[in-house]
Amino acid sequence: MTQLLVFNITNGLIIGAFYVLMAIGLSLILNLSNVINFAHGGFLVVGGYIAYTLEPYLGFWGALIASPFLTAIIGLAVESFLISRVYSRDPLYSLLLTFGLAFILEDGTRSIWGANGKPFTVPAFLSQPLSNEFFFITGYRLFMVAVVTIAVALLFILLRFTRAGIRIRAGTLDLETVSAVGINVRALRSLNFAVGIFLAGLSGVLAGGQLGLEPTMGAGLLMPSFVAIIVGGVGSLAGTLVGGLLIGVASGVTAVFFPAASEAVIYVLMAVVLLVRPRGLFGEEGMLT
Amino acid sequence: MKEPPKQGIDRRLIALAAIWAALLLAPAWMPLIGGYTALGTRVLVLGLAAMSLNFLLGFTGVLSFGHAAWFGLGAYGCGLILKYVALSTPLGVLAGTLLGGVMGGLLGALIVRRRGVYFAMVTIAFGQVFYYVAFQWSSLTGGDDGLRPFYRQPLHLGFANVDILNNATSFYYFVLFCFALAVAAMAFILRSPFGRTMVAIRENERRARFLGIPIEFHIWIAFTLSCFFVAYAGTLYALVNNFADPRGLHYSQSGDFVMMAVMGGMRSFWGPLLGAVVFVVLQDYVSSITINWQIYIGIMFVVVVLFFPRGILGAIRRRVAA
Repeated sequence: MTQLLVFNITNGLIIGAFYVLMAIGLSLILNLSNVINFAHGGFLVVGGYIAYTLEPYLGFWGALIASPFLTAIIGLAVESFLISRVYSRDPLYSLLLTFGLAFILEDGTRSIWGANGKPFTVPAFLSQPLSNEFFFITGYRLFMVAVVTIAVALLFILLRFTRAGIRIRAGTLDLETVSAVGINVRALRSLNFAVGIFLAGLSGVLAGGQLGLEPTMGAGLLMPSFVAIIVGGVGSLAGTLVGGLLIGVASGVTAVFFPAASEAVIYVLMAVVLLVRPRGLFGEEGMLT
Repeated sequence: MKEPPKQGIDRRLIALAAIWAALLLAPAWMPLIGGYTALGTRVLVLGLAAMSLNFLLGFTGVLSFGHAAWFGLGAYGCGLILKYVALSTPLGVLAGTLLGGVMGGLLGALIVRRRGVYFAMVTIAFGQVFYYVAFQWSSLTGGDDGLRPFYRQPLHLGFANVDILNNATSFYYFVLFCFALAVAAMAFILRSPFGRTMVAIRENERRARFLGIPIEFHIWIAFTLSCFFVAYAGTLYALVNNFADPRGLHYSQSGDFVMMAVMGGMRSFWGPLLGAVVFVVLQDYVSSITINWQIYIGIMFVVVVLFFPRGILGAIRRRVAA
């Protein structure tokens, strides 16, 4: 029992770390541009499949690095040509637009790479279990957590210490003032979007190594990311971080006692948070309400 | 009810008469242009769902992106009654409507605390709960395979029995009758002082608040009414298919409803029905010629958002006004 519980909590943390990577990208875009990016899961899938295509040429490590960049470039093009046109409109339109884009990305992936799953091989030393007693901690899972940690830490450092990062944070708080002091908000939003999509692409590569690739994998990962953002509080990246880990652990622990509810439990958690603290755990009052 | 006054009452009455004539005569004219009655029934049901969503979106200005949940709950409620409890179509419709409406009202009380994008996100996420429940609880709901078998039952009207199961035309008129009831109720509510308040909230929430209107309460009532209407449409959908599908609860179904409302014209009462006509016919056509039909639906979303944000009726009105 104890081992099972430890297994599931660890597992939950690992899954949670993965949700964090995806949710933080979504959160970045939501905070600055007020766009719920429904196509985030679609970009995740694209990232995974690009890595799958590149792996024979660049190897696992090359694909891991190159794929998120290429995904971000696609994201940048989509943002410049399509999404940027609806920034000034009611959020309804960006929702519908990215919703349509999600269809296009998912079905596009299907028509290019086929509907059947594809394996994405990871280096042999990563797929070994690390110990006999804790058989479930494979090297790859630890590796995923390490990559997520590095990516998130880098993101926070960039947001804190670089000029663009500081502008993004300022824009999250008050875009009008940021624009009024002469900063190109249009370019800032593009950069921010690209960073978010970079993280989606990275999530895609990591998920591909763990679960294999399927055109529908992104859609299933989108909802937990939404919940992570709502639980953590819209407007707070730290909140998204905590929210992601929390729902990962919650669904891990529920898997021990009541496996059928392990997917639904995160929504119960969300309901409780909304009831007790409508702004979310780390949300600021008045933020995007 | 919100037309500019210069258009006059006559034009509106003519339009209304034309709509009802087209709906009443559909089984006669649809085969002439290559349609079939069952497609008409589907359009009517999905159109009612889109109009129910638009009751909230277009008239209160609140975007719910999770209405498929209440729609699907209606369908499951109706199906469960017909499968396990009693072979009665009206009872199924009643039970499904209550199930979806009451659940929507309960969760709505939590949801109305938020506004804007946040409201949309919370409605999406809550909507997914029911998808997972229907998916996982397979002993009751049939899980991924959907709830079956159940069949809509003939109606006993006292003076006559109407076989809505085997006769597609009778079933169409049954659905049209149910549709008319709901549409009349919606129109009545929108003309009432409550309906005017909804529009006031849409136009300027802050000013409405200054007038002493309890905003959250009004939005909650509008949301709950909208959930009842969409659940009612969901029960009809279960009757259309003789089947309830977990995908009917999924957020992508909600997206389709929002699309129908926007494509038709969300600032008009009948717009969503027009949107449903275009959407359902297009989907029916495209999915019959290619397996990658989702791409085309996606492209349609992009095109409507970028080029026809006011929808078909909105574009026509603009042209008429200009």
